[in-house]
Amino acid sequence: MRTCKNDEGRRDFIKKSSAIAALYLAPFILVRAVSFNKIIPQPIAKEKLQLQINGKMFDLEVDARTSLLDLLREQLALTGTKKGCDMGQCGACIVHVNGKIVNSCMSLAIDNNGNKVTTIEGLANGDQLHPMQEAFVKHDAMQCGYCTSGQIMSAVVCVRSGHAKTRDEIKEYMAGNICRCGSYQNIVDAIMDVKESGKTV
Amino acid sequence: MSDSKNIFTIDAGDERADGFEKVTGRAKFTAEHQIPNLAYGVFVCSTITKGSIKELDVSKALAAPGVLDVISYKNCPSIPGYNPLTADGKKNNGEWRGLKVLNDNKVRFYGQPIALIVADSFENATDAIKLVKADYVKEDFETDFAKERSDDSKLKPASNYKRGEEKAYQKADVFIEAEYGTPMEVHNPMEMHATIAVWEGDDKLTLYDKTQGPKSVQSTIAKAFGLQEKNVRVITEFVGGAFGDALRSWLNVPAACIAAKKLNRPVKVVLTRPQMFSLVGYRPQSWQKIGIGADKSGKLIGISHAAISNTSRYEDYREGITDVSKFLYACDNVDTNYKILPLDLSTPTWMRGPGEVTGCYALECAMDELSYKLKMDPVELRIKNHADINPENKMPWSAKNLKECYETGKQKIGWKNRPKHPGKLKEKEWLVGYGMGGGVFGAWKGNATVKLILKADGNLILQSAVSDMGPGTTTAMLKVAAESLQIPTGKIKFVLGDSDLPPGPTQGGSGTTSTLGSAVSLICESLKQTVKELAVQQVSAFTNVPITDLDVKNEHVFSVKDSTIKISIAELMKLANKPVIEITKESSANNPQEVKYATNSFSVHFVKLHVHSKTGEIKIQHVVTTGDAGKIISENTARSQMLGGVVGGIGMALTEELKIDHQTGEIANASFGTYHVPLHTDIPLIDVWFVDKPDYIINSIGAKGLGEIALIGFAAAVANAVYNATGKRVRDLPITAEKLGFKNA
Repeated sequence: MRTCKNDEGRRDFIKKSSAIAALYLAPFILVRAVSFNKIIPQPIAKEKLQLQINGKMFDLEVDARTSLLDLLREQLALTGTKKGCDMGQCGACIVHVNGKIVNSCMSLAIDNNGNKVTTIEGLANGDQLHPMQEAFVKHDAMQCGYCTSGQIMSAVVCVRSGHAKTRDEIKEYMAGNICRCGSYQNIVDAIMDVKESGKTV
Repeated sequence: MSDSKNIFTIDAGDERADGFEKVTGRAKFTAEHQIPNLAYGVFVCSTITKGSIKELDVSKALAAPGVLDVISYKNCPSIPGYNPLTADGKKNNGEWRGLKVLNDNKVRFYGQPIALIVADSFENATDAIKLVKADYVKEDFETDFAKERSDDSKLKPASNYKRGEEKAYQKADVFIEAEYGTPMEVHNPMEMHATIAVWEGDDKLTLYDKTQGPKSVQSTIAKAFGLQEKNVRVITEFVGGAFGDALRSWLNVPAACIAAKKLNRPVKVVLTRPQMFSLVGYRPQSWQKIGIGADKSGKLIGISHAAISNTSRYEDYREGITDVSKFLYACDNVDTNYKILPLDLSTPTWMRGPGEVTGCYALECAMDELSYKLKMDPVELRIKNHADINPENKMPWSAKNLKECYETGKQKIGWKNRPKHPGKLKEKEWLVGYGMGGGVFGAWKGNATVKLILKADGNLILQSAVSDMGPGTTTAMLKVAAESLQIPTGKIKFVLGDSDLPPGPTQGGSGTTSTLGSAVSLICESLKQTVKELAVQQVSAFTNVPITDLDVKNEHVFSVKDSTIKISIAELMKLANKPVIEITKESSANNPQEVKYATNSFSVHFVKLHVHSKTGEIKIQHVVTTGDAGKIISENTARSQMLGGVVGGIGMALTEELKIDHQTGEIANASFGTYHVPLHTDIPLIDVWFVDKPDYIINSIGAKGLGEIALIGFAAAVANAVYNATGKRVRDLPITAEKLGFKNA
C-alpha cells in the first residue's frame, strides 16, 4: 500500500546516513569475517571531540564506537533525544546538526567534531516554548510522548526548509518519523498551524 | 473572597497534562534515569530455535575491555522464584511465570537470551556479544502455524460454547462459510523495554522499569527474589507506549535484578529493537472459520465460530477470540470452538483488544459477506440483528447507543455513495470502495486507592501507583477532580509512576479511566464532606446550617440557600489550624449493580478507500470512527486514542505481519525497515465521533473504556471496503496488492 513516493522517503532517509552507517558497521563486519579463535579483545582508545550542543561548547573524550545519540543520552544526560530503534529507521533520535536533521543513532559522535548540534532541550527558551512545541501541545500531537522529540525536530526543519506547503508535502517530509500511538493527523495539524501562523521557527 | 458570580465558573482545560514535559524532552522514561556507577547489561541470544547448549565459551568476552561479568546458566545465582518449591517443600506460589532467563541450558525459541554481558559501557557490552561462543545440540522444531494447525493432535482445547442448536446456520435460507487468517503482530511501542536495578543491601531493591503496572512489578519481583513487597520500589514516571506488552514482567526485569545483585552495582538492561520482536510478546497468529446464516429477511439463524491461535511450547496463552460471536448480535443458535497450538516460538501476549480484535475481524467480515448474499445493506443487516439485551447472559446492557454510531458514521462517510455491487465505482484509475465494521469490549471497574493532599494555598495533589502509557490518564484524572471540586485543572497535580504511592490498577483492558476515575471522584466527594464538616465546626455563621444545605465549589464552602454564608477553604483551614488536609480512600471494584447488567463499550468504523485498477495499491481516503464509551472525560486525549486505534488498524489491515523463516525458526523481519507500521504518508483524513452519553451504572463518573474499541473491528472495515471496491475478498491479513491478484505489484 505504501506509495512509491513514500518508499523514496524511506530510502532517502537511509541514504543520507548510509556512509556513516557503513563506517559504524565496518569493525563488526571485519571481525565477523575472521574466525572466532583469532579474535583477541583489544582496548579501545578514546578520541578527543569538540562540539557545540545547544549553544554550549563541549570538550570531550569519547569512545570511537559511541553514537551521537548515546553520547547525548548516556554521557551528557541530554535524554530528550530518544532511542527508538538504533538503526536509523524510526526518527525518534533526530537532532539538528549544523541546521540539518540527522538520525543521531546513525552518526558516530567523533564524526561531529566542530559541529553545532541542537537537541529538543535547546529548542525552548527556558520555559518559553518554541512555536512548534506550543503547536504540538495545542493539537495534542502526541500520546506516549516518546517519538515527540524527533517529530518536533523534523517538523521544525520541515517548515524552515519550505516543505510544509500542503498536508501531503508535510506527510512526505515527516515519513521518517514513526509514531506508534498514531498521532500522525494531529502532528500534521500542528505543523500546518505553525506554517500558517507565519511564526519564525 | 471572590465575586460570587464568578466563583462557579471554571475553565477546566483539556490540554494534555504532561504535554509540556513531553514536548521539551523533560519527560523521563525508564532508561533515562541518571544512576551513578551504572553498568550496562546486554543479552547474547540463541542462534538456534530448539535444543540445548553443549558448551558456552565466555572466556574471551570476560577478557574484553570493560566487561565486568558474563552471566549464564553456568554461573547464574539461584533466586527463590526459579524454584518450583518453597524452602519447606510446598508448591511455590511465587514461582516465576514463563521463561526463567539464564536458568538452564535449554533453548526454546530463536533469539532466546542465553547470557547477559555486563560491562562498564553500552559499547563495551555490545561489542563483547560476538566474543561469546555457544555450541548447541539442535532438536527439530515447529514454527509454521499454517502447516501444524491442520494436525488436530497438536492442538490444546481452550474454550467451547453452545447456545441452541449447533451448526444451525447450515439450515438457514442464506448462509456463508469462510476461513480467515491473521498474522502475528508486534506491539512495537517506540520506547524499548528497559529496567534499571539498584540494590541497597541484600533485601532492598529499587527498580526503574517500563511497565503498565508498577504495583504488579513490585509484587512479581518481591516474590521472585524472596523480598518483602515494601522493600521493592518500582518507578515508572513515563511509559513510551506499550499496547499490552508491558502488562507482565519480561526477561529483562529479573536479568537486571540478578546482575545488579551479583555485581553489587546498578545495572541497566535495555532491549534492542530486534529483541522487541521476540522478547516482549506479540499478538498470536490465528485461523478462524465462521459459518453464519440468516432467513430471507436477514434475521440471523445461526453462527458457528471456530478458532486456533498459537502459543509457545513453554506457556499456554489464550485470548477470547470467539467470544464476540456469543453476544455482538441477537442470534438464538451459536456455537464456538477455540483451540491453541504450541509452537517453538516465544509466548504471545495481550495486544490492544486481545481476542476481540482477531474475532471481530472474522465476524465483521462474515457479516459483510452475508449481506452481499442477502442483497442487503451491511449496516441494515446489523441493525436488523441488533442485540437489545446481551444474548449470552440475557442481561440488559447498562447502556448501549450502537445505533447512533451506525447512523452518524453513515452520514459522515457518505454511505449513500457506496456502490451496491462491488467493483462498479471508479474515480479515474482508482476503484472506490466503502466498508464498515464494528467492535465491542468489556467495560468494568477495578479496585483503586487514591491519596489526596490539599495544601493551604489551594493546590491539590492526588496520588496513585499507576502508570500512563500514553492515553492521557493524568489528563483525565485532573478533569474528573476539576469537575467534582469545580476548580481549574491547573490547581491539581496527579502524581503516578511509583509503587510507593497508594495502590492503583495496572493500566490495561480499557479500565483505567473507569477504575481510577471512580477513586478520584470518591476522594473528591470525601474532601467536600470533610470541609463541610470543618465549616460547621469552625465557623459561627455555619453552626446552624444543616450540612446537606452546604456545597463546595471553586475552593469555597457555601450554603445553597443563603449565598452570604460562605467561606474559602483556605480561610477555613487557617481557622482550624490545619496547614494541610490529607485523605486516602479505596474505591471498590464490587458494584452489586454490575451483575444485573451487561457492560460493554462499542465502536463502529467506516472506511472509504481507493484501489488502483492497474497496480492494486490500496489508499485509504477517509475514515469515520465512532465510539459508544459512556461519558468522554477528556475529549482531547480520547480523540487521540481513537486516532491511534485507526492507525493501528491500518497497519493490521494492510501492512503488519511478523514473518518467520521456517528453515531456521528465526524472525525474518525484526526491524521497522522490514516490519511495516503505518507512517505519516499512510494516514487519511480521520473523523472521530463519540456518543458521549454517561453510563452511571458502571461507575459514578459515567465513563467506559475506549482504548480497545478504537482498534477492534477496524481491519474488517478496511477488508470490506476493499471487497466493495474490487469484488475480491482477501481473508488473510494483511491485504496486499499481490493477494488481490495484481501480479506485478
